[in-house]
Amino acid sequence: MNRPTFSPISSFGPVRLPETASQTGGPYVHIGLAPEQAGFDIFENNFGNVLVGTETRGERIAIEGRVFDGSGTLVRDVLVEIWQANADGRYAHPGDDRDVPTDPSFRGWGRAGADFETGVFRFDTIKPGRVPGANGASQAPHVCLVLFARGINIGLHTRLYFDDEADANRSDPVLTGIEWEVRRRTLVAERSVRNGAVVYSLDIRLQDTPDGGRETVFFDI
Amino acid sequence: MSDPRATASGRDYGDFTQRDTALHPAAYTPGYKTSVLRSPRNALISTLNTLSERTGPVFRADELGPLDNDLILNFAKEGLPIGERVVVHGFVRDEFGRPVRNALVEVWQANAGGRYRHRNDKYIAPIDPNFGGCGRMLTDENGYYVYRTIKPGPYPWRNRINDWRPSHIHYSLSGDGWAQRLITQMYFEGDPLIAQCPIIKTMPSEEQVRGLIALQDPGNNIALDSRCYRFDITLRGRRMTYFEPAKQGDK
Repeated sequence: MNRPTFSPISSFGPVRLPETASQTGGPYVHIGLAPEQAGFDIFENNFGNVLVGTETRGERIAIEGRVFDGSGTLVRDVLVEIWQANADGRYAHPGDDRDVPTDPSFRGWGRAGADFETGVFRFDTIKPGRVPGANGASQAPHVCLVLFARGINIGLHTRLYFDDEADANRSDPVLTGIEWEVRRRTLVAERSVRNGAVVYSLDIRLQDTPDGGRETVFFDI
Repeated sequence: MSDPRATASGRDYGDFTQRDTALHPAAYTPGYKTSVLRSPRNALISTLNTLSERTGPVFRADELGPLDNDLILNFAKEGLPIGERVVVHGFVRDEFGRPVRNALVEVWQANAGGRYRHRNDKYIAPIDPNFGGCGRMLTDENGYYVYRTIKPGPYPWRNRINDWRPSHIHYSLSGDGWAQRLITQMYFEGDPLIAQCPIIKTMPSEEQVRGLIALQDPGNNIALDSRCYRFDITLRGRRMTYFEPAKQGDK
């Protein structure tokens, strides 16, 4: 069995340092994470919202969403990142070394700022395959999302599931782990076809809104 | 017996420790007014780590440019930006003191006068034509990072009408797993505005506030050129996996 490796900064036993505290990303989060959207050109290579190239395997989809605050107002300065498996359900990370095909032209990660006018964020990606869950369960296809913005003190984690995967969703251990069945549907994106392209739409509500919209489920992961 | 989660590379990619929410601001902090309508009212739902949370994006050095960690030069057009020249460096470690290697560290900030290069910032202090205000780097094998910049100025913001942010640099960290994702802010030792700031007051303890204050590092000042600040960051650590949890119903 591997012996625990003790920290080099103490010879007396393992240390436990406190995690650095989170702070809000603030209203100008784009300067650092999406400078073109802030209004200037600085890096040669920008990280963005297009996860697919011509070689990428899998069904092309777009993910579109909006974020609303507790008054029902659009959150137009939100920054969203996604993390997902490839079409075969494998993550592009050494911690996923299962015997499942990798896809060298799919990183599985992207970031997008909401549009300052419409409040819509968008990703061009592929539909992910299924990934194992805890204790041998199988998870339904899903995309992990994290939200940062002015007024949000610590990044909000949520997931996007697909409404045309109803069977898989019914047995997904994370979805069914939400005790309140009525809240599960806040995570399920709606499929539509627009100009021949598949779009999944999901509205995220930071709090219950006056129009009756239910607060999205957020996770402590 | 080898760790069932150790991979061919011999590294452990097991579960992350639970986030200690007492170390972080709550979502609802009315002194920071924008949080009132942007904070969930329901409790977060805690989930077991799966591959989705234990893995995360991997970045390569060749995706970054040679000046990406030099905010003094990476937007300089016709001259140098105006302001205090500073080097900021430190280590990114996990809770158990292990270096976090190849973490993407991204920073952004205002210029020396407290003005951001952002289409939505209308503060009267001028833009510096030679200063952009963002940079990025990957940590090395020891979890070390370094960049240089102009020390940002404080700036006013509409919270209470006369609130001013202390000088600060925003940080984004993408570590080795999705569960480590963190955005925070770094402050400068000795700044009197730290004690008055409603955003800093969202933090639960003095100790955690101290963890966000970069310390002067005079031994690493560059003579007749730049001052130096030291700022270390701690991300969540991976739990060692000696025994798998029993499936529910198993003995």
